Amino acid sequence: MQRIVKPKTQRGRRALEKKEPKIFENSKNALMFKGGNTSQTVTQILKDWHTLKKPNATLFSKKNATKPFEDQTSVEFFASKADSSLFMFGSHSKKRPHNIVIGRLFDGQVLDMVEFGVTNFTSLQDFKTLKAATGIKPCLVISGDFFEDSDDNRRIKNLLIDFFRGPTVEKVSLSGLEHVISITATNGKIYLRSYRILMKKSGSKVPRVELEAMGPAADLVLRRTRLASDDLFKRALKKSATAKPKKKKNISRDDLGNKLGRIHMKTQAFDKLQVRKVKGLKKRKAEQEVNGTENEMKKQKTEETAAT
Amino acid sequence: MAESMAGGKQSLVDTVLSQTEDQQLRTTNVENEELIELDEGNLLAINENKTDTKDFKKKGENILLSLTRDATQALFNSLWKIPVEQKDGAYLITLPEQKTWMPREKPVPKKKAPTKWEEYAKSKGILNKKKSRMVWDDQSQQYKPRWGYNRANDDTKDWVIEVPDNADPFEDQFEKRKTAKKERVAKNELQRLRNVARTQKKKVPGIGLAPTEQPSKDHLSKALAVAHKSTASIGKFTDRLPKEKPSKFTGKKRKFEPSIGNLGNEKEKQLKVLDSVSKKVPTINVTKAANRMLRQDEEKRAQDKQSKKTPKKLKGRKASLGLGKPGRQGGGNKKTRGKRKR
Repeated sequence: MQRIVKPKTQRGRRALEKKEPKIFENSKNALMFKGGNTSQTVTQILKDWHTLKKPNATLFSKKNATKPFEDQTSVEFFASKADSSLFMFGSHSKKRPHNIVIGRLFDGQVLDMVEFGVTNFTSLQDFKTLKAATGIKPCLVISGDFFEDSDDNRRIKNLLIDFFRGPTVEKVSLSGLEHVISITATNGKIYLRSYRILMKKSGSKVPRVELEAMGPAADLVLRRTRLASDDLFKRALKKSATAKPKKKKNISRDDLGNKLGRIHMKTQAFDKLQVRKVKGLKKRKAEQEVNGTENEMKKQKTEETAAT
Repeated sequence: MAESMAGGKQSLVDTVLSQTEDQQLRTTNVENEELIELDEGNLLAINENKTDTKDFKKKGENILLSLTRDATQALFNSLWKIPVEQKDGAYLITLPEQKTWMPREKPVPKKKAPTKWEEYAKSKGILNKKKSRMVWDDQSQQYKPRWGYNRANDDTKDWVIEVPDNADPFEDQFEKRKTAKKERVAKNELQRLRNVARTQKKKVPGIGLAPTEQPSKDHLSKALAVAHKSTASIGKFTDRLPKEKPSKFTGKKRKFEPSIGNLGNEKEKQLKVLDSVSKKVPTINVTKAANRMLRQDEEKRAQDKQSKKTPKKLKGRKASLGLGKPGRQGGGNKKTRGKRKR
């Protein structure tokens, strides 16, 4: 991006560079903030998910009397301040008690936004168990046919994956897989659970998975949604040409998954091809001699030229 | 004996039972594993099957737990197939590429627009030369950074400056250096802003007339041109001087053909020259020839006139002059003479 006003300090310059669009993007940062009125439940949800998503999360402690579905400019403003593209907004009113809005932004604009009502909430502290380490990448389990019902539901699924999947990493430690977030949609509700993974011996290499509820747990009811138009979403999905791996030539795979390679060769000289030795194909003595004398003559010629 | 047999049987049954129970507990097999969609790149397992909703009210939590456990187990089964590498006591796996793609946070960065210099350098094939970071500093007899803190050959640290021969002796040379540096910085900033404006396709105003210490002839005529145009009507009604030449500084730039490229055009030109040379019939510039004839006539007449007028005493001197340059004696004012020379 070309700035008209140059940053005055190197530190400022670095901070701005960090916010600039990149080819290989960093993990998305999530912003948790609350509206003018909040319930205990809603604040606790924001706090819990902040602790689980740390360090890729920012929690605003003060109230901000905004309504994302009425006016999304303030959401965009706060997100730009915290340089985050995911947000979780909590509010509480008579009409919409224990309200949570989960959304994401693209290019500083709200892309998708989904509103949930929270019931049956149990916080992280209420489960008296060991907790998973913070900052690790959680496993994510999504179940229920609800998420495949329509395009909108599929988009909601995509949003939830985006929000809960944690940092994008290349490598993962096998022993570090200790947290699983489960999102299940049945009976018109979305059950959000989080478990700690206990790896038990199974007699084989793969451990037996046992789960222990770790919290937070909540039952969500879908309220309002605002999803991006298809072409905007498509634009947001666009990958950089330089980020795409280069196509390897002459390598293909067939239907059975076998790897095939095409090799380009020079034309073969069939007269010099080594075939099975058969007596009948052997050169006769007379022929050999003729060839031999020719060769000698050639040799002499080359020697002469070399001498001159 | 019979009792012991019975006891033995009992223990066998117990062990077998416990073993099967153990196996059931420990097994890593998952029912309908193939129905669970996996995206190892995101550590994601998706189970799209309809969940049993009959006794959800009673055993809701257990159903959720078992659903999640099965999916996680399926994910683990697939993750443990990836080759493991050991690093600092931890077993690491490299995750495959993710299958479900999320929208980007910010749009794909655009390529930085080239500056005017970069464009020019590209057209001329000028390449950047890599300069070494450290430079020899003569004063301290060691290598120092080319720029920045503690740099080599730092002229701001001089405590004495020699006054140049032709400079004003009362001029502050330190101040002069400082202002020169400031002006260079300002010029660079201006150029940067113009580059920004150019990339944003906005009209870029010229710098106008920058002040100089020694205004040249060109500078003065440029100042005149700027002054002419500095009216509300952009100089449309400004009176011109008698015999004033049209200004060179109209804002239009001369255009040259590129030094490289378009070989065909160049070849054509050269051939044209060659053709004109090789042609035996010379091309006649009629106006030029006519002018020359007229001038010669004029000169002849003038000479005749003078030779009639000159007294006899001066004849000798006149003759010697006449030999040198006959044109000088001819008529016409200075202006025309100059033109003819060309």
